[in-house]
Amino acid sequence: MLGKRTFLTASLGLVLGGAALAQATLTAPPPAPAQQQTGTTRFITVSSTTSTTDSGLFNHLLPAFQRASGIEVRIVSQGTGQALDTGRRGDADVVFVHARAQEERFVTEGFGVERKPVMYNDFVLIGPRSDPAGVKGSTNITAALQLIRERQVPFVSRGDRSGTHAAELNLWQAAGIDIAAAKGPWYREIGQGMGAALNTSGAMGAYVLADRATWLNFRNRGDLEIVVEGDRRLFNQYGVILVNPARHPHVKQADGQRFIDWLVGPEGQRVIADYKINGEQLFFPNATQPGV
Amino acid sequence: MRDNASILPLDVEGLRFEAGGKTLLDGVSFSLPKGGVTAVIGPNGAGKSLTLRICHKLIMPSAGRVRWAAEPGRKRHAMVFQRPVMLRRSVIANLRHALVAYGTPDPATRAQTALARFGLLALAERPARLLSGGEQQRLAIARAWALEPELMFLDEPSSQLDPGATRQIEEIIRGLAAEGMTILMTTHDLGQARRLSQRVLFLNKGRLVEDAETTRFFAEPSSSEARAFLAGDLLW
Amino acid sequence: MDVTSAFGAALSLIFNLDPQFLQIVGLSLRVTLTAVLLAALIGLPLGALLAVTRFPGRSVIIVLVNGLMGLPPVVAGLIVFLLLSRSGPLGSLGWLFTPTAMVIAQTLLVLPIIIALTRGTIEDLWSEYREHLTSLGLTGWRAVPTLLWDGRFALATGLLAGFGRASAEVGAVLIVGGNIAAYTRTMTTSIALETSKGDLPLALGLGLVLITLTVAINAAAYGASRIGARFAG
Repeated sequence: MLGKRTFLTASLGLVLGGAALAQATLTAPPPAPAQQQTGTTRFITVSSTTSTTDSGLFNHLLPAFQRASGIEVRIVSQGTGQALDTGRRGDADVVFVHARAQEERFVTEGFGVERKPVMYNDFVLIGPRSDPAGVKGSTNITAALQLIRERQVPFVSRGDRSGTHAAELNLWQAAGIDIAAAKGPWYREIGQGMGAALNTSGAMGAYVLADRATWLNFRNRGDLEIVVEGDRRLFNQYGVILVNPARHPHVKQADGQRFIDWLVGPEGQRVIADYKINGEQLFFPNATQPGV
Repeated sequence: MRDNASILPLDVEGLRFEAGGKTLLDGVSFSLPKGGVTAVIGPNGAGKSLTLRICHKLIMPSAGRVRWAAEPGRKRHAMVFQRPVMLRRSVIANLRHALVAYGTPDPATRAQTALARFGLLALAERPARLLSGGEQQRLAIARAWALEPELMFLDEPSSQLDPGATRQIEEIIRGLAAEGMTILMTTHDLGQARRLSQRVLFLNKGRLVEDAETTRFFAEPSSSEARAFLAGDLLW
Repeated sequence: MDVTSAFGAALSLIFNLDPQFLQIVGLSLRVTLTAVLLAALIGLPLGALLAVTRFPGRSVIIVLVNGLMGLPPVVAGLIVFLLLSRSGPLGSLGWLFTPTAMVIAQTLLVLPIIIALTRGTIEDLWSEYREHLTSLGLTGWRAVPTLLWDGRFALATGLLAGFGRASAEVGAVLIVGGNIAAYTRTMTTSIALETSKGDLPLALGLGLVLITLTVAINAAAYGASRIGARFAG
């Protein structure tokens, strides 16, 4: 009396119908305490990286932008590769990431309109205080990586196609090491975000490449400290791209562009420079610097 | 009532029922006119309950026919089971549920009438499943009666009850019969069959062996099987 | 380790009534309760129908539903993600990275539990009620309301199990909600985020609050169903 198909279509229909109802009750987001607003919410979705979110920059940046524009920014934080994929599928209006080569490919493939440089921060090599690889105090990142590899000291890699992961792979290459071939049990790819990588390193007494901002914000340091910093090759450039409305017509072009213009404009740049943890500036605005 | 034509007599012809390669009923035929109490008796596994269930349309026979004199839109026969099925609700809610399911007009009043008729008014709000066995059976009969059937099937109505409650139930059955209700009941209590019924259907191994007036059946059974059964030589 | 500071963090979260924290708790409850409600509206009747009907393919569906009880949340999340992505079949709804998407994902997770537990409960009840209801002409879907009502206290357990699964899961809501601050950030995604930021006391504090809430809701439902069950006998 009751067919399997009836059963399945009924359940699917009910799920979607119910979801539509839920949409009605849930779309109006609760008046967020930090953001007083009236009328319908104007918002854009930005896919960005875990390191930017974990560093706390957005908590500082977004309220300033919302005050200036009335636009709420919803940040979905993922690894850079994933964040760009989110843009490719059209699930974000703007991508804000740090892996220049991938960003440029994103634009040439037609998914993004134009890449604009915003700011940089730097990577630091984190390791256990006991420093089993003997690299502490060095300002030469490639030399340090060579020592780690030579002595087979545990090293944690993000392994998640993030900007930090891409930067790490470039550094191995710069050190003359083909990591795909050289990796052994000492090289541990965890496929997770920056914070998770730091937690793991702390637990295993391993070295790890991290962005300074996340490190400064990181609370569970335990035995970890900065062992290598200051090498120019550790600089980490961020870029921002509007997802191409020609590709995804629903992209909020005007509001997304507004966000980008504000970020690279004088006010956004000033707010970025203002963000400090313990008196230390984390991000260095450089939108006007050519060729980055 | 949309249709006042009586559903009786009930004509049962050549009932046969098979399950799992076994023949549980074989060629059972009888006719049930209006009025009176008819007892279906016989050893365990004779097919007594099965016969009632087939007549009440709970089970389809493998062969044979159950024919009613009239087939009104609403079923006018009701059944009370050996273990009364009590919904997890109050006494009154059990009545109302059945009445609403049946589409009886003005279920609330009818439920009250049934409670009063069977002496259950004081128990109206009690959870039905917390009643004693006798009270549960009374409620089950009241619930069937409320549906205004012409014919009531009772399956071993007192097999789970103590002697006091059994006596009460028998009185109720006699009262129903006196009001003109036709009753077809199974029982393994031969004294009960003798006390209540005017007619006996004796089943053995799925066959209707004797169909007789109660007094004659107990005084001079015509078959050797019935004689053995009454002498206690048949397992039951 | 930091267990004391975790308790400290939990207590200060609760007693300071931090608005951001309240918002997170509110969203978590709203999403999970909506999902359980939806799954109940769908799953209770479907589970009951599965219990009282016989049709070809029924056992296949039962096995499937039982198996789906163990559906990994990330897989449910991924399915909903692919459906709701702008590049997916339902992309034009614009539901990805919204609380609605989280409700859908959690409904999907809870639904098999409710269907399976309902089927089990109602099948037992049906074997007890069957002859009486059939006698009254209540067969197939017509028996469902009676059975659901009479099984309501046992069925509450299934709803609680569903609530437990939905409120505890992080994988699905993280994928389809995007963990957007003040919009789709729930207790569990906050815990994941704070853990990744290395703020373990805050993460554990949130965890304690989550456990407390879950236990409180279970206790309330359990108490209510005990009282009810005593009445219904």
